[in-house]
Amino acid sequence: MTPSPRDAAAAIETRAAWRLAGPTALLMLLLLVLPTLAVLALSFTDAELGAPDITFLGLDAYTDLLSDRTFKGALRNTALYVALVAPASVLLGLGLAMLIEAEVGGRAFFRSVYFLPVVSLIVAMASVWQYLMHPSFGPINLLLRMLGFAGVNWLGSSDNVLAALALIGIWQALGFNMVLFLAGLTAIDRTLYAAAEMDGVRSAWDRFRTVTWPMLGPTTLFVTTISVINAVKVFETVATLTQGGPAKASETLLWVIYQEGFVYLHIGTASAMAVVFIALLLFLLVIQTRVLDKQVHYG
Amino acid sequence: MSRILRLLVLGGGTILVLFPFVFMISTSLKPQSEVFSASLTLIPAHWGALENYTKAITRIPMGRILINGVIVCATIVVFQIVFALPAAYALAKLRFRGREVLFALVLLGLLVPIHAISIPLYAAARVLGLLNTLAVLIVPFTLSVFAIFLFRQFIKAIPDNLILAARSDGLSEAAIVWRIILPNAWPAASAFAIFSVVAHWNDLYWPLIAISKTHLATPPLGLLFFRAAEAGDDYGALMAATVIITAPLVLFFLFAQRLFIEGMTMTGLKG
Repeated sequence: MTPSPRDAAAAIETRAAWRLAGPTALLMLLLLVLPTLAVLALSFTDAELGAPDITFLGLDAYTDLLSDRTFKGALRNTALYVALVAPASVLLGLGLAMLIEAEVGGRAFFRSVYFLPVVSLIVAMASVWQYLMHPSFGPINLLLRMLGFAGVNWLGSSDNVLAALALIGIWQALGFNMVLFLAGLTAIDRTLYAAAEMDGVRSAWDRFRTVTWPMLGPTTLFVTTISVINAVKVFETVATLTQGGPAKASETLLWVIYQEGFVYLHIGTASAMAVVFIALLLFLLVIQTRVLDKQVHYG
Repeated sequence: MSRILRLLVLGGGTILVLFPFVFMISTSLKPQSEVFSASLTLIPAHWGALENYTKAITRIPMGRILINGVIVCATIVVFQIVFALPAAYALAKLRFRGREVLFALVLLGLLVPIHAISIPLYAAARVLGLLNTLAVLIVPFTLSVFAIFLFRQFIKAIPDNLILAARSDGLSEAAIVWRIILPNAWPAASAFAIFSVVAHWNDLYWPLIAISKTHLATPPLGLLFFRAAEAGDDYGALMAATVIITAPLVLFFLFAQRLFIEGMTMTGLKG
């Protein structure tokens, strides 16, 4: 049976497509699919770097994690860090975007100023914050003492360290959220505000409540998701400033995965943690999609 | 009246946001005694700039480290676009067997960050003898599923007629990608390039794992080596090093602010 012309054309298109996408697909196999499968496989074992024999543990690796105090502590610390950074950077980003959007003259100036931390090397700026937060001669404590307050032991106390790291995280993420909200605000149809005014909406708060906030819904959801995911991935400031200390108070998820895998060389445990990490990211995206589906879509 | 209030808030915020930059520069100019003197003056009474900056560029091979960063980021972004654009074009405009599988893998890739698969990648790099080379900093990032995803969305919006016309002019599919699609997808490509450079210039996780030699460090890792070499609280020298290491991307941003902000906005919203 000879192939129909349509089949022949489809075969030609398939061949052309794979000539274009083939190298990329191969890279995807090598750099993404196989490593992901390897992590999954390793997570069921007690593999250690340098140790020749590997025992299959099945799900024991995961039940061990449930009773692992370091891992539970890291999950708790990460959750606390996210709870501090994400809401603050989203709300402050939104507030800034609205103020800047309303501003006529200095719009470009303010936008660039608040964006500056986003393009500043985080490891370097973390070092600057370390100096700013130095307990005895750091400018922040000097200012506090000048104003009559007691100095704060920012990074050196297990009670304050997460809040101090969160402060740096908020400072860094603020400008990024702001430009995303600015894009969302620009996309709102101006006539909606005129219509709201005709309907008797007078105060700025009512304008925000009836038009801006509902119209920004999809943007807010995106910004919130990105903020949460980025905060979950906190690593640079921890590695630079605290190394998880003092007394494990700033051990976060990525920090303990790094420690287990590359310092203690417990590959099996680190892999199980990595799988939990991926599952957590998947969970966040599922929530995002759910909320997006429920939301009314405008425009 | 409300404008004055608004400017007060924005201005106050400006001071808070710029506070670290001001003290970074000021402290990098101060001798150690003034750093420890616990005063809030910004202009140093005695200049320590020469000593601080000399330490910053001699304790670690600073020039080499900055060049490493430029080489790594530039090579990564070129490879990412070269691999992503043809695949994105195929996914957006061609019908072929395996397309759904390929796209599902792209979505999987969006979910899995480098941190989660760094153990097998490290093991592979060790077996291949790639640890402590610039190549190991580049290879894992040559594939960007995010670039494929972003370009696919952008290419979908390019009219089919443009492609059909190119085909009837006798252009091959590869020629269409580079001569028709690339110029039309340029806004997406430049936005992605900015996003990629910012991300990889900042990345510490993978370099920390794969590199242990100072002269192969990227800027973030180089600064960690500097901090390790610099025992005690020599903040003047540390701030000088941070000024040098932060400057390239910040200057680039100041010269191309719109490109940066629009680029990060586009990639952020599509991410």
